[in-house]
Amino acid sequence: MTSRWRTYLLLALTLAAFCLSLMAGKSWIWPNAWFANDANGWIFLELRLPRALLGLGIGAALGLSGAVLQGYLRNALADPTVLGVSSSAAFGGVAAIFLGLNSLPFGLFGCAMLGAGVSIVALLALARGGGPLGFILGGMVLSTLAGSMTAFLISISPNPFATSEIINWLMGALTDRLMNDAVQALPFIAVGGALLLTTGRALDALTIGINGARSIGVDIGRLQWIIVFGVGLSVGASVAVSGVVGFIGLIVPHLMRRFYGEQPSAILLPSALGGALLTLTADSFVRIIPGPTEIRLGIAMALLGAPFFFFLLQKKQGRMI
Amino acid sequence: MILRSDNICFAHDKRPTLFGVNARFLPGRFSVILGPNGAGKSTLLACLAALLKPDTGAATLGDRAITGLSPDERAKAIGFLPQGGETHWAISADALVALGRYPYRNGFGLSVEDHVAISAAMVATNTSQFAKRPVTQLSGGECARVLMARVLAGEPQWILADEPLANLDPGHQLDMLGLLRGQADSGKGVIAVLHDLQQAVRFADHVVLLHQGKVFAQGDVTSVITPENLAHVYGIDANLFKDEEGATQLLIKGKIAP
Repeated sequence: MTSRWRTYLLLALTLAAFCLSLMAGKSWIWPNAWFANDANGWIFLELRLPRALLGLGIGAALGLSGAVLQGYLRNALADPTVLGVSSSAAFGGVAAIFLGLNSLPFGLFGCAMLGAGVSIVALLALARGGGPLGFILGGMVLSTLAGSMTAFLISISPNPFATSEIINWLMGALTDRLMNDAVQALPFIAVGGALLLTTGRALDALTIGINGARSIGVDIGRLQWIIVFGVGLSVGASVAVSGVVGFIGLIVPHLMRRFYGEQPSAILLPSALGGALLTLTADSFVRIIPGPTEIRLGIAMALLGAPFFFFLLQKKQGRMI
Repeated sequence: MILRSDNICFAHDKRPTLFGVNARFLPGRFSVILGPNGAGKSTLLACLAALLKPDTGAATLGDRAITGLSPDERAKAIGFLPQGGETHWAISADALVALGRYPYRNGFGLSVEDHVAISAAMVATNTSQFAKRPVTQLSGGECARVLMARVLAGEPQWILADEPLANLDPGHQLDMLGLLRGQADSGKGVIAVLHDLQQAVRFADHVVLLHQGKVFAQGDVTSVITPENLAHVYGIDANLFKDEEGATQLLIKGKIAP
């Protein structure tokens, strides 16, 4: 199968998962009831549709960001969290809940995006001229700092209710997200994703090292700007609306390399599609499992993702020995 | 066009490496930069390739400063083969060679000219037979040729190679030198940083001999590689002689007692 047909297949699967996400839940809503003028029609338009749209956008943003960062850092262990954008956005969100700003229309989303924005600026300043190493160290420092400040806010939160609200939000989920959330987040994800999709050939060029890439005309500084803005906007918006959902950015690019080969540009679009596919499927899955409450998407992803990743690692090591 | 180093000074993290280096390189000639470890050879080459910006002075191509060219203009004019031959992902050999066409990108994938240049470069380096193999599976010698094909695919007027013989066996070293010699004979300017004095004597036209960040001597290979210069710069006792076929050979007899 050529890679073009693989991509069509992936696209078809993603669309199928999108439709599944529209239907699945404690009560299934079949397509004939989607636009009915009753309770089911309301659930579809107000709850299922935004949730499916967000699953699509967030999964694509995380998968694509992971593929770009792994390509840029030439390290298959990188994922969107290495830049500290996720933790900074999460800190912004937690601060909004702590200060009670989440009751305002754009309060939580705005604060989380502000956190992501601050991390973008800090990252550009920290990593200026430093190349990938400065970049990753700067990201780790930011990530640790934002994580500690988040923990600090939790530790001084005024009452148990606020604490549980914060912790609940931090565990990434798409439960009860409304159309308003989708309208806020998707434009940022689209712009960030479009930026990231332009990096393919420059990432390929990094296969021959920084100096090799620079010698064939790659502007590393410019590439770094595009990546910081692309990841900052798309992952920042994802975290702002869903909390921190891990594993997609790490696993999906690995998975795609098995089908598309290791050329960084070849896995960008597939990683976006694969991320969306995985997120939509997992998010449908958590709704169907019986139980008093939904399993959090972030937790479900880790539960599914960790064993799978171990399996991949085992296979790879087996080949090396 | 002449590639020149005009009074280049450069310091790595405040540690001075080059002190006012003046050197001229001509197209159609195989120039070699020689000198002991730490003499500043790779730094000079990186300045000529605009990978480093000199603190004072400039590298110039014709009448323009190299750092004043746009990245794409510069890449089309000057091909650079980095030291060490790193390859990070298991991409196919032809995809790696195609990277050489990066400065000609148009946003629509590879053009007909790109494909022509890529296959010509792979024929010239004798790498066509493993075009579809992942570069991580190639031997050191094969990989070095693929990386060289990547440089040739960009059709640069200048080829700058930083220690292109490192980690190659003698046979592959001769292949690589023959390739560079051929490029110079076809009119391109070739500049290589080498450690192997014997190979430099046999293949180079022009030598820039660096010593402690300064040009100790430059000119025709026979005028620069002399027993006196080698004794002074490397501290070695070396002899030059003509072999039975009339080619100049260098024999290193040993170190000179300090």
